[in-house]
Amino acid sequence: MSNTAISVSDLSKKYGERNALSHATFEVPLGTVCGFVGPNGSGKTTTMRMLLGLISPTGGTGEILGHSIKHPEKYLPRVGAMIEGPAFYPALSGSENLNYLATLGGFSTDKVQGLLEQVGLGERAKSKYKTYSLGMKQRLGIAAALLPNPQLLMLDEPTNGLDPEGIQEVRDLLRTLANNGTSVFVSSHLLSELEIISDYLVMLRKGEVVFTGKIQDLLHAQQPLIIAKSENENDLTKIVEIARSAGHHAVIRDGAAHIEGPKDWAVTLNKAAFDAGITLSQLSPQLPNLEETFFEMTGDK
Amino acid sequence: MWRVAFAELRKLRRPTLLIGTMGAVIFFSSLFSSLLFILIDSPQGNSERGRMVGRQVLSMSSGAVQGFSSVGGFLGIIALCVFAAQTAQEYTYGTLRNLLVRQPGRLRILLGKFVAMKLFALAMIVVSAIVSISASVILAPGAKVPTNLWFGADGRHAIFTTFINVVISVIGYGTIGMVLGLLLRSPISAISLGLLWLLIVENLLVAVKSSLESWLPGAQLRIIASGGARTGLVPGITYSHALVVGGIYVSVGAAIASFLFLRRDVAN
Repeated sequence: MSNTAISVSDLSKKYGERNALSHATFEVPLGTVCGFVGPNGSGKTTTMRMLLGLISPTGGTGEILGHSIKHPEKYLPRVGAMIEGPAFYPALSGSENLNYLATLGGFSTDKVQGLLEQVGLGERAKSKYKTYSLGMKQRLGIAAALLPNPQLLMLDEPTNGLDPEGIQEVRDLLRTLANNGTSVFVSSHLLSELEIISDYLVMLRKGEVVFTGKIQDLLHAQQPLIIAKSENENDLTKIVEIARSAGHHAVIRDGAAHIEGPKDWAVTLNKAAFDAGITLSQLSPQLPNLEETFFEMTGDK
Repeated sequence: MWRVAFAELRKLRRPTLLIGTMGAVIFFSSLFSSLLFILIDSPQGNSERGRMVGRQVLSMSSGAVQGFSSVGGFLGIIALCVFAAQTAQEYTYGTLRNLLVRQPGRLRILLGKFVAMKLFALAMIVVSAIVSISASVILAPGAKVPTNLWFGADGRHAIFTTFINVVISVIGYGTIGMVLGLLLRSPISAISLGLLWLLIVENLLVAVKSSLESWLPGAQLRIIASGGARTGLVPGITYSHALVVGGIYVSVGAAIASFLFLRRDVAN
């Protein structure tokens, strides 16, 4: 039995001359939460569509739960998915929409009310879908994805339209599912959220995989930063000059000097700043977070 | 396939669709049958396209279903709209991806939807038959039309064969609607094109060259519903000719649409 939830090799999709995805190779281990990130148009949704059998790859291979993506009927009964936002029949209620999908998939309709309550829609189960807010639609989409008691959950931007409380609930739900053995493959623009919940990461840029692996490995591989703030903002330029003269890359961003260098060098900087008559109000070595790493790797900012 | 059909029936039985469709069926079935008897002496005719159906014809064993067979084409138009809308809206709502994730067998989805819509159409035809025949029975005495042959052995046979003919015709119209829905992927485009062709283009073509009636798809389905070429402009279009030509149109259309549905990427 394979120990990967998702495994793709050289997976490609071309639309005419445009490469939507180019030779993507990555694996998602079973039982992990894997963040799937990349700028708009980088190929995330295309990849998910291929993994769900909605579109055919133009090259490469893939396996989901040990079965080839050429035979989605073998794994889809154990996969829950919501891609490109929720899509339901507007004239049917939330519970009618889920009953429809449960009947279609051969699942018991008895669990529908429980799922609606799990995602916070219990009281609006009988309301028509067209009367739902964006956040409620998103919750219904998540409930639909949970219908098959999935071994693998694939969610495309599940927190779109949710309020902070809803985002927290989704985060908790995904963590709980992963703790119970469900593999989660989730794309989101909220990188800080992904950093909290994800164990693994697949990062795309212009249709190509630029990183795949443990999220901590990615962050630890980045050059550490020293953030320095001065009481006098004019002194930031001097701090940057001191760092550069010592051979470190340094920029001023968000009212602070960001200097690439090992954390030990902060002591040297502190002394050099003191000698130059600069009073530092903050001096903190830190690892870049996922958002900073993302921008660095995708060149998006 | 049956799971898809049962799921689809959940959608088709929603009150707005069911009551709206059945309301239209009841209204037009009673209207078509009533006009046969109310306008029986009118020089402008009492049936479709100004055709005159006299007391002699109405008093025959097939008299009870004259109205029902006339409304068959109209039932077909309703079926075309329902089939086209129910198929194409999966694309416009984006729900097709949900369907394919829960049931990846594309042919099963297509067949399941078709079975469910056929059952819906069958319910529509049964309601129409009951309303139409009931209206005929109620109005016949007032129009001095004898009804003693209507429910004898020949009469029951006429009701049965007309019912089957209307079913074939309506399913044919529905299949055309489904094909248009699959090809155009938009309910408005599919219904508009279907109605434009069946109600306007075909009539214009026949008006310009009447022999075309033998080869146009809508005309064949109308002829099947009426059991032969009684309603057409061209005499002698046989039931079997209409069945073969109509069957070819429907089969070829269904084959092309199914092939595209099975192969096409679902990218919306």
